[in-house]
Amino acid sequence: MSDNLFQYVLRLGDDRLVLGHRLSEWCGHGPILEEDIALANIALDLIGQATLYLKLAGETEGKGRSEDDLAYFRDAIDYRNVQLVELAKGDYAFTIIRQFLFDVFSYHVLEQLQSSKHKELAGIAAKGFKEVRYHVRHSSEWVLRMGDGTEESHTRAQNALNELWRFTGEMFEADDIDRAMVREGIGADVEGIKPKWEAVVTDVINRATLSIPSDPPAMTGGRRGRHTESLGHMLSEMQIVARSHPGAQW
Amino acid sequence: MESNESQWPLWEVFTQEDGGAPHEHAGSVHAPDAEIALQNARDVYGRRGRVVSVWVVPSNEITASQSEWAGPFFDPGADKAYRHPQFYKIPRGLKGF
Repeated sequence: MSDNLFQYVLRLGDDRLVLGHRLSEWCGHGPILEEDIALANIALDLIGQATLYLKLAGETEGKGRSEDDLAYFRDAIDYRNVQLVELAKGDYAFTIIRQFLFDVFSYHVLEQLQSSKHKELAGIAAKGFKEVRYHVRHSSEWVLRMGDGTEESHTRAQNALNELWRFTGEMFEADDIDRAMVREGIGADVEGIKPKWEAVVTDVINRATLSIPSDPPAMTGGRRGRHTESLGHMLSEMQIVARSHPGAQW
Repeated sequence: MESNESQWPLWEVFTQEDGGAPHEHAGSVHAPDAEIALQNARDVYGRRGRVVSVWVVPSNEITASQSEWAGPFFDPGADKAYRHPQFYKIPRGLKGF
């Protein structure tokens, strides 16, 4: 049970840590100052959420690993995030479309986790849910504007959606760990969330005059440590300071 | 930044803090429309502190006085003592005056 819980909370933390880091790569490079600030704020929200999940994961595991140990001293193969969040940030359209696809998923997961029987998990989720409500608003408004904007913004948004779509299925895959957590009233039912996610995403995509790609969402493996090469590159940059100066304080 | 900021209109931002305080000018943001202006205002001016409400208004909708009018427009009329009722005694115990 406690190993299932450890793995489950680790997944929640890793999704948010990796996506938060990808967003933070825009800091100082945003398309416009205001949007630069908005992306950095969302990145901070996600990394803040990740900190709480990874701390809880470390306590659950009971081997004395802190949230920093888990973030900085695991290799890609030990990360449990979905592949969707690790892909290189791409252009601004790619970043926003990916963010939108994940935000809507995260919204429904955290909404359920707020009433988890695990009180600490429920508390962390409730705090994050408040933030994610704003994230969904931010990313969906931008999807609408890019899809229904200029010819260039439409093309870029559609290209991003085409590239990302095959990575979306993994969010709704439930394995033994997920099922055990749902059974115990601790985890979120991702299979049940899928139709809700599809309804919201389809509505926004349609209103943005974009179209849902026809290829099946086939990419998978992140929850079992199988990642794209992007994650290794990202981690080497994210972890280098902590690994070069272990135990450093600042 | 790779930006073409000049294409986005400017919006003036007014924020209100809790406790029924008036909306006060906080600064300005660039945004393509009102919804994004609100989001940008929230991110730039509303995220710290105790902001409970934000207004945004297109900067070009504001009619401003001109600096050369300052004399006739704002002459305080210092010779008319009744406009400056500073000679009233403030009751002791009245705070925040």
